[in-house]
Amino acid sequence: MDLTIGPVAFFWTAETVRGFYRDLAASPARRVVIGEWVCSKRLPFWQDEIPGAVEVLSAAGKEVALSTLALVTLRRERRQTADLFEAGLPVEIADLGALRYLPEGVPFQVGPTVNVYNEGTLEWLARKGATRVCLPPELPLASVAVLARAGRAAGVAIEVWGHGRAPLAISGRCYHARLHDRAKDSCQFVCGDDPDGRDVETLDGRAFLTVNGVQTLGHAHTTVAGQVADLAEAGVSALRLSPQASGFPGLVRLYDKMARQDITAGDALARLQALMPGASLANGFLAAAPGLRPVG
Amino acid sequence: MMELVCPAGTPAALRAAVDAGAHTVYCGFADETNARNFPGLNFSRPEMAEGVAYAKARGARVLVAINTFPRAGEQALWHRAVADAHGAGAHAVILADPGLIAHAADTHPDLRLHLSVQAAAANPDAINFYAESFGIRRVVLPRVLTVEEITAINREIDIETEVFVFGGLCVMAEGRCSLSSWATGLSPNMNGVCSPASHVVYDEVAGQNEARLGGLLIHRTPKGAPVPYPTLCKGCFTAPATDTGPAQTGHIFEDPVSLDATELIPRLQRAGVTALKIEGRQRSRAYVAQVVRAFRAAVEAAEAGAPMPAGLLAKLTEGQSATTGAYAKTWR
Repeated sequence: MDLTIGPVAFFWTAETVRGFYRDLAASPARRVVIGEWVCSKRLPFWQDEIPGAVEVLSAAGKEVALSTLALVTLRRERRQTADLFEAGLPVEIADLGALRYLPEGVPFQVGPTVNVYNEGTLEWLARKGATRVCLPPELPLASVAVLARAGRAAGVAIEVWGHGRAPLAISGRCYHARLHDRAKDSCQFVCGDDPDGRDVETLDGRAFLTVNGVQTLGHAHTTVAGQVADLAEAGVSALRLSPQASGFPGLVRLYDKMARQDITAGDALARLQALMPGASLANGFLAAAPGLRPVG
Repeated sequence: MMELVCPAGTPAALRAAVDAGAHTVYCGFADETNARNFPGLNFSRPEMAEGVAYAKARGARVLVAINTFPRAGEQALWHRAVADAHGAGAHAVILADPGLIAHAADTHPDLRLHLSVQAAAANPDAINFYAESFGIRRVVLPRVLTVEEITAINREIDIETEVFVFGGLCVMAEGRCSLSSWATGLSPNMNGVCSPASHVVYDEVAGQNEARLGGLLIHRTPKGAPVPYPTLCKGCFTAPATDTGPAQTGHIFEDPVSLDATELIPRLQRAGVTALKIEGRQRSRAYVAQVVRAFRAAVEAAEAGAPMPAGLLAKLTEGQSATTGAYAKTWR
């Protein structure tokens, strides 16, 4: 197994983005997906970083793909999506509707916010030209195994959500702005204040969700650290790591050890917890349990 | 006249809806193939055939919702549901999963296909993609769009649109939400349930009513006040203070409201919408009959250019507030 780094979910400054991809170039990750995944309003603030990041990553031997938005509604967003296919790099679709712009015969990748739940859909995507699919985070291991088998037969590499706050929902409405009593159109980019999203707790103080603009994530970081052997046996070919603001290079090194099965599950979990002191880690989805179920 | 598409969770509700003036009724089989997979709801195969016959005899049509995402390795259950809906004489099936849609288009080329709201086709390109790829004839639009956006969509597509006007309200893009499985392990996409009743506990603690889902506190109200059903996206939560914003406690996603877009029906008609959909397959036949009668009067008024009858549904929304949701841009 190897590692794919997903698109940055959060609204980071151009400078942060630049440093992040510079660090990634020196990491053991095999491939990187880059692009605005959550909100098109953020893109003008950092899009000029994309060509440089692509160059640095490519020079370091990484495979680079461009991500579409996860929810495309506005005319401007449709045009941006169409333009992505003209950029000369592989595209990872995050909204199935992006396939309308796919030039005939061009291969593409599929991100975790596209609903690939079964072999029928996987095979249909393969016929359309999909070469790589990151499965939805909520899928249990039994489904992952069936899909990894079907993927092998259809020539599609199967990835699983390996680390990071899982994308749980996306909306036409911005809940981040709403927390500041603002609407989406007058948001004043408040999501930029929270580089790992804004926490949401239950009324009795239990950490539960994280709001990130129009996207809602799980609060606990989902990790497959204890389940890598099962995924390898199922035939999963890559783990997807979702960028976070701090300590990411160390995480990539640790998950690289896991992907190469150079470390036991127990050691992997202990080192992960040490890299993220105080963070809650969850692994319920793969076990067909509530996704927020704590590790251990 | 705009077509009225009404819910039926039981054969009795189907008959009630048809008798009350529904042009079309939608329902599902009693298993995980539909997104209202609740105990005691939905149709056996013979009931479906009888329901279709009952509707047809009265000039109404039946749509069968097969709108969950087939489980890997067990697609046959979903394939059989499509074949059985076709065999029962359904006017169309409502599907969400691309693999299942591809199967239906290949295997049942004469079966009319509608794209479920669970497919979340939210722009003209996505809708045209489904129409061109599979011959989809109608799309149920996600509840994330404004009336203006719906108007624009209808200008760019050739297939029919159907929009929700009454009942439960999803505030996330439907078919793309895993909040329920995050908290309970069961989701709309995989299991046909959201915030399932099996995981709900109501309790009284220190003189207050509490509603929990999967052990998570979702609502707390003073004793004597009603405690709403703990649907995750309509729960009460706290966002602790940050460097840039004060703490916020409240319904940070949405209040426990339901959708009522009655007043927007004339605008939806001008927007080129073909059909109006009422949510609520889990509702009683008495409720269904009342809502259908009210909306039949409303679409007839819209057809005649008359104002929308006011207060028709006051009784049904009493004690619960209603919203026009995303259809009004201010909602965002």
